Amino acid sequence: MSLSASLPLLILLSSLVPGLVIFLLHEESRRLRTVLNLLGATVKMILVGVMIWGVFHEQVYETRWTLAPGLDLVLHADALSVLFVSLSTLLWLVTTVYAIGYLEGSPHRSRFFGFFSLCVTATVGLALAGNLFTFVVFYEFLTLATYPLVAHKGTPEAIRGARVYLAYTLAGGMALLIGAVWLRTLAGPLEFVQGGILGGMEHLDPWALRWIFLLLIVGLGVKAALVPLHGWLPQAMVAPAPVSALLHAVAVVKAGAFGIVRVVYDVYGVEFAASLGVLALLGAAAAVTIIYGSVKALSQDHLKKRLAYSTVSQVSYIALGTAVLGPLATIGGMVHLVHQGVMKITLFFAAGNYAEALGVHRVSEMDGVGRRMPGTTLAFTVGALGMIGIPPVAGFVSKWYLGLGAVESGAAIWVLPVLVGSSLLNAAYFLPILYRAWFKQPPAAWPGGHEQAVGRWEIKGALLWPPLVTAGLAIAAGLFAAAPYSPLEWARLIAEREYSS
Amino acid sequence: MLPAEIIFGLTGVGLFTLGLRATLLHGSLLARILAINVCGAGVFLMFVSIAYQGAAAMPVPDPVPHALVLTGIVVAVSATALALALGRRLRESADE
Amino acid sequence: MNNLLIWPVALPLIGSLLALVWPRRADWAGIGASVAALAVAGLVAADVMRHDSLELAIGGWTPGLGIALRADGLSAALLLMSSLVALATAIYATNYFTDAHKRADFWPLWLLLITALHALLLSGDLFNIYVTLELLGLAAVALAALGRTRAALQAAVRYLTVGLLGSLAFLTGVGLVYAAYGTLDMSTLAGQVRAEPAAWVALALMTSGLLIKSALFPMHFWLPSAHANAPAPVSAALSALVVKAAFYLVLRLWLDVFDVALGPAAAGMLGVLGAFAVIWGSWKAFRAERLKLLAAYSTVAQIGYLFVFLPVLLASAPGAARDLVFGALVLFALTHGFAKSAFFLGAGVVLQRAGHDRIAELGGTARALPVTTFGLALAGIALIGLPPSGTFLAKWQLMASAIEVGQWLWIPVIAAGSLLAGAYVFRVLGHAFGPGEGVGPALAWARQELPALLLAVVATAVLGLGAVHVWSFVVPGLAIGGIQP
Repeated sequence: MSLSASLPLLILLSSLVPGLVIFLLHEESRRLRTVLNLLGATVKMILVGVMIWGVFHEQVYETRWTLAPGLDLVLHADALSVLFVSLSTLLWLVTTVYAIGYLEGSPHRSRFFGFFSLCVTATVGLALAGNLFTFVVFYEFLTLATYPLVAHKGTPEAIRGARVYLAYTLAGGMALLIGAVWLRTLAGPLEFVQGGILGGMEHLDPWALRWIFLLLIVGLGVKAALVPLHGWLPQAMVAPAPVSALLHAVAVVKAGAFGIVRVVYDVYGVEFAASLGVLALLGAAAAVTIIYGSVKALSQDHLKKRLAYSTVSQVSYIALGTAVLGPLATIGGMVHLVHQGVMKITLFFAAGNYAEALGVHRVSEMDGVGRRMPGTTLAFTVGALGMIGIPPVAGFVSKWYLGLGAVESGAAIWVLPVLVGSSLLNAAYFLPILYRAWFKQPPAAWPGGHEQAVGRWEIKGALLWPPLVTAGLAIAAGLFAAAPYSPLEWARLIAEREYSS
Repeated sequence: MLPAEIIFGLTGVGLFTLGLRATLLHGSLLARILAINVCGAGVFLMFVSIAYQGAAAMPVPDPVPHALVLTGIVVAVSATALALALGRRLRESADE
Repeated sequence: MNNLLIWPVALPLIGSLLALVWPRRADWAGIGASVAALAVAGLVAADVMRHDSLELAIGGWTPGLGIALRADGLSAALLLMSSLVALATAIYATNYFTDAHKRADFWPLWLLLITALHALLLSGDLFNIYVTLELLGLAAVALAALGRTRAALQAAVRYLTVGLLGSLAFLTGVGLVYAAYGTLDMSTLAGQVRAEPAAWVALALMTSGLLIKSALFPMHFWLPSAHANAPAPVSAALSALVVKAAFYLVLRLWLDVFDVALGPAAAGMLGVLGAFAVIWGSWKAFRAERLKLLAAYSTVAQIGYLFVFLPVLLASAPGAARDLVFGALVLFALTHGFAKSAFFLGAGVVLQRAGHDRIAELGGTARALPVTTFGLALAGIALIGLPPSGTFLAKWQLMASAIEVGQWLWIPVIAAGSLLAGAYVFRVLGHAFGPGEGVGPALAWARQELPALLLAVVATAVLGLGAVHVWSFVVPGLAIGGIQP
């Protein structure tokens, strides 16, 4: 097999194989497990680096495996898949470091890291899926790989959260499956092609296509947490902090959003979808979700729940960018795929650190945490400011392009109020936290009671560095947005290719 | 007067129906086993009557159905034996 | 002329006799016969791949008076599946039975069951099929009673009486066929059957007998107690293989012999019964309190899917469209065979180690029995029909073909059945991952845990990733190659 035929498969295997081996490892072989994890993540980084270079220079990377007559499992690299693959690879590495530190000494680590690797494998498979069938396969695989992570603690609460998660995602998966099967019988193999494939098929019944679009979006909307399909997300935050971080930033919600992008751009074609009138529906759902998530976040005292509702809101920016016609909005939506991931993972790392070091779980307990844990709180601040959209953090860039895109396409009348409103709401639920953290007096004793012996640092390095690194990335993505290979430039490349065809 | 094979055939159907009715209605295992055997006898009788179908044209009745009935009887006997053995074991387990 | 076809039947029979006269070496007879049977099944499959179908007239008597053994893609695939499941289950059984008496009773009956099953799959003659069906039923009943508990005995008695009625109905149909067409050889019959009352009545009688034996809703009432109360290796074979044998015969009769006599309504009726079975079986499985009962009801549901395939299959145009559905049907049956046997074997390990199989009290199982839990999860994935299992691809094809022939009714049935299956499988896993003291000290039960895991892996990974070979094996003419955009 040549490199061009095997590279996508190798990228998949670089997390699948370590995952499967880790299952077989003894619970106590900590060093070997760590080496395997980091080795897999590093190998994947290198391979993805090769792929980024190749895709930029219009190389073709494709692995194809016939599963059933007429149904091929296709892994294919294009500009969009590379965007998502690099995001998940990078954040996987960071999260693995964080998880190793976070779970030290806790039981069932082999199981945890095994499923963790499978989860990343599924995400990368989704990113590289070259047709809708492959996407469905990895979408279901992702459900299976994340369920044990959500249920990991084994407490009744965790089991319940996992059950709710499963009920939503299996039902969503079924809607997606039916939509995909139906569309497959109408339109043949649904290879993802830039510019879409359905626009050229004039014999298709537009109403059938609208119904199929609805099924697909419902299926994807469950994972993307579109209102009213978001009910599982706040419940799933019972999972350990690294899992929440990964779930909210890369794996699950992002998979749903990415799927929406794929269906609109590379199956239907954004102009054809607009002519069917289905984009308006998607835009409305996204707008409602953005506002609803922010409003719900306001009233949450539980920090992780507040962050969860913030995710509900933020991820729909991607759907919003997709629903607005025109390359600038596309850029805004695509780039937010990366920016939201980097910022949200920072916030969840920080929340995990507060809980781990101080036993702080609630916003009302966060008075003065900035003095006790300056590094963590600095990272948290960067993430929060980015979410609000304050320059130079990356979130500003996304919102800027979404706004420009809305103006360009004439949708400003409803998109701008949504953007402004949600930014104000973001400020309303993040700024009070920052105020408490930095300016209020810390309590005499922290809720956790047992302050960890920390040595020189506020918390052990494996937990402190990941949020600092991702916060740095969030700033860098904003500051150097115009640099080559930055997320913004890459999103621009995607938009060019989507609209040129 | 009806031809013999029709009489045999109808009797077979009658026996089958009687046996089926008893199998479904009786609660006692022994009665059910017997009823299934009556059913079986009905089926075998039908087979025998099939052998005489169009017998006028042939010098001897068709031997194949007879061979089948013989095999069928062997099977039925084994099934009955198994049923009886199970029934006995069931009674032993009730006595314990 | 191909004597190879004798051996899948003869080897287990020889093993059975050896186990009977030599009870102390019965384990070896059992394993030896299973390995040998698997090897010849492989040879048969290889031969079928070369020649499409094989035939053997036993003793040189030509069909008509003599009896023919035949193998084509369908029977060879099922033969291979059943001998592989049988071998894995036999290895499991060597460690399962601790009581010497039960062990001595188990092996001859078990090998007789395999003999009957293989003979049934290879028979080309209706009366011979009746005999093998009866033999299969009797061996199955005797095995189901092996648990010797009162519940097991009662279930076995019911299984026996119901099964006997089914075979009598089948036999009556066979008699009618002979009266109408003067032959029982299936390939000869296929050319003679016409759409006429005699054919309809005969087919109706034979089919109703087979529906009882394949436990299609509402004739499923005997199955859950019989399958749930039998020893684990027996449950595995009953659920994975024995009910499927009856379905195999339905398929043979409807597709190969009586296809000209059938209208779409008849298949539609079976499909509707199948749909009820899917919903009802899955619901009862979801409500079941015991793991083995759950598995048994799940069989009721999965058999339902097989019958849902029928109307779609018969409505698809002969040729590529029908071949696609047919391959999917076989893939579904094979995957379920492996998955369900794996599930029952895993449930057996849980039952033995915990002393009970009450689902609500399975907390800690995942910790105490990681391999078995993993096997149950993999088998569960195949039962739900999630990727990468074979059932996922089979269901995809079923839905696609149903849409193509305009039978939309089945789509919500499949969706609801799959979601219910997800609910019952993950109910078990949720409890297994839950807190609890576990089910006992961690012992190495490799001989029981590994066969179960192996079967689950076959169902989920091997049949899923290699599914295309199932299609090319059972419908050789079908164009498989990847369709380029």
